[in-house]
Amino acid sequence: MDLTVHLDAVSHRFGEVQALDELCFSAPTAKITVLLGPNGAGKTTTIRAITGAIAPLHGTVRTFGLDPAPESNNVRIRCGVVSAKPALYDRLSGHDNLLYSAQLYEVDPDVTEARIIECATRFGIQDALEHQVGGYSTGMKTRLALSRSLLHDPDLLLFDEPTSGLDPESSQAVLDLIRELTNEGKTVVMCTHLLSEAEGLADHVVIMESGRSLVEGESEALMKKFWPTPTFRIAATVPDQLDRLVHLPGVLGINRLEDAQVFVDHLGRIPALVAHLAADGVQITRVEPHEPTLEDLYFAARTGAGLLDNPLHPHSATQFQPGGSEVATHPTTTVGANS
Amino acid sequence: MNWRRMWIVAQTDLKQLIQARDYWIPMAALGAMFFLIVPAILLLTITQIGDVEMVSQISKTLKVLPQAAQAQIQGSDPAGRTAYALAVFLFAPVAVVVPLTISTAVGASTIVGERERGTGEFLAHSPATAREIYFGKLAASLIPGYFTTIVGFGAYSLLVNLVVGPSVGGWFFPTPNWWLMVLWVIPPFLAITLSIVLRLSAKVKSTAAASQASGLVSLPVIMIAYSQSTGALFGGLIVGAIIGAVAWTIAALSLSRGFRSVTRARLLGVANEV
Repeated sequence: MDLTVHLDAVSHRFGEVQALDELCFSAPTAKITVLLGPNGAGKTTTIRAITGAIAPLHGTVRTFGLDPAPESNNVRIRCGVVSAKPALYDRLSGHDNLLYSAQLYEVDPDVTEARIIECATRFGIQDALEHQVGGYSTGMKTRLALSRSLLHDPDLLLFDEPTSGLDPESSQAVLDLIRELTNEGKTVVMCTHLLSEAEGLADHVVIMESGRSLVEGESEALMKKFWPTPTFRIAATVPDQLDRLVHLPGVLGINRLEDAQVFVDHLGRIPALVAHLAADGVQITRVEPHEPTLEDLYFAARTGAGLLDNPLHPHSATQFQPGGSEVATHPTTTVGANS
Repeated sequence: MNWRRMWIVAQTDLKQLIQARDYWIPMAALGAMFFLIVPAILLLTITQIGDVEMVSQISKTLKVLPQAAQAQIQGSDPAGRTAYALAVFLFAPVAVVVPLTISTAVGASTIVGERERGTGEFLAHSPATAREIYFGKLAASLIPGYFTTIVGFGAYSLLVNLVVGPSVGGWFFPTPNWWLMVLWVIPPFLAITLSIVLRLSAKVKSTAAASQASGLVSLPVIMIAYSQSTGALFGGLIVGAIIGAVAWTIAALSLSRGFRSVTRARLLGVANEV
C-alpha cells in the first residue's frame, strides 16, 4: 500500500502539556484518513507535524517519503491545509486571499486567475470574491478556505474540522467534495470529532486520545477485527424463551438480559432462526441485526464498552461457547492498534 | 531566500494597511502636522507677521548653534535668517520622528497580529520560509514610514521654499545635508527600530502588549535618531555620512539576527516562550 504520510512514535510537548505521545499512523495515498478524537487528542498538532509547521521532539514524520523539517519546501508546496479557524485575511477581498495563496504556493501566474475562478466556483463562492472577507458568513469563510487549499493542486489535503460552522446542507456538500478529491487521486487527512461526518467517508480511521492512536486501520477491516462475529438483537414477550436459540444451528452464543444479543456465523441465519422460534410458539416483538458503526468503534476504542458487549471477542469480559456454556475471562478496556 | 515570495508577503500586508482607514488616517494626520501644519504656522509667523520680539528671541538662540551651522544660514534680515535656521535645523529631526512612529505602529502588530487573527496558521503551513516572512513583514512596516517621509519631505520642501525662499533670495531647500539625512541616515535608523519591534511582535502574546513594549523600546532609538540626525545636519556632510554608515552597520547586524525571532511555532502561537 502506497503511503503519503507516515508517523512513527512521534512525541511533542508544549511546556507541561504532552500533545503527542508516541503517535503512530499512516495515511494511504488517494484515500481519506480520518483522525477521530475528542478535543485535546492531538489532531491539530498532528496536522502541523505533517507539514513541518512544528518539529516534533521525538519520532519520525514522513510526508511523501520526505522529512518535513529539512525538506519543508518540497513538502508544504504539495500540501493544502484548511485549519480549524479559516485563517483568512478579513481586510482583503476573497479574491485577494486566494491570490495571496496562489502566489505563495507558486501557481503559474498565467493560470492563476483561471484557478481562482475554478476553485471558488467549485465551492460556490465565486459571486462573493470581490467582497471583503470580513463581511463573509462563517460558512462562506470555510468555503473560501477550502477553495484556497485547492488552488495549487496539492497532492495531500489536510482538513482540520472542515465542516465546523457549516449548516447541514453545506456540510454534506463539503463532504461530497472531499470524496471527489480522493477520486481524483488526492490524499486527504481530515480531523474531526463528529462521528456522523466520518461515518461513510473514512477509508482509513485513526482514533486518537491524549496524543496517542488507540486504533488505526481501514474502516471495514477494523469493524471485522473488533466485531468478527455477526450479531442481532431479539426480544420476545417471554424473554426466557429466547434461551432456546443457543441450541439452534448457526448460533455461536447469546448474551441475554431483557432481550437477547445473539451471535451467529452469518446474518443470513436470522430468518430461519426467527421462523424456528415462531414455530415453537415464541412471540417475538423485535429483531434487529447489528451492523457495527464507526461510533461503536470509537467508543469501543476509547472505553472498551463495545467490546465488553461482544462475548466472542478475545478481550471481552465473558465468553460464550457454542451451545451456551459460559467461560469467564479477565476484562480489559485497552485496545491497542495491533490488538 | 526567495525575494519574490518575500515581496508577496510585504505586498499583502500593505494591501491590508491600505484597507485600514482607521490606521492610515491618523498616521497621515501625524505626518501632515509635523511636516506641514506646525512648520507653516511657525514660518509664517516669522516671515509674514514679522513679530519683532519673537524673531529677536529666536535670533539670539541661533548663536548657540555650532559655527559650521551658523555659517550655512542664509538671509539678509533677522526674520529671513531665523526662518532659514528653523526650516533647515529645527524641523529636520521631525523627518526622523514621523517615519519611526509610523513604522513602529505598523511593525508592532504585524507578527502578533497574524497569530491573533489565526492567519499565522496559514503562513506556518505555507512554503514561505521564516526569513521570507520576516523580511516581508519588515518591508511592509518600513515602506509606510519611509513613504510618509518622502511625501512629507516633498511637501515640506515646497512649503519652506514658498514661505522662506523670498526672504533668503530664492528656493534653497533641500540642502545637501537634508538629502543626506533622508536618503542615508533615516533608513538605517528605521531598520534598527523595526528589527527590535518585529522581535517584540514575534515574542509577545497580544497586539496591545506589542504596542506597549514597542513604544517603550523604540523611544530611546527615536531619541538617538533625533540627536544623530540633528548632529548630521549641524556637522556637515562628512559627519552625516559617518553617522549613516555606523547606523547601517548596526542595522545590518540587528536584522541578520532578528529574523530568527520569527518561527513557525510563534506564528501558530504554540512556542513555549510565546
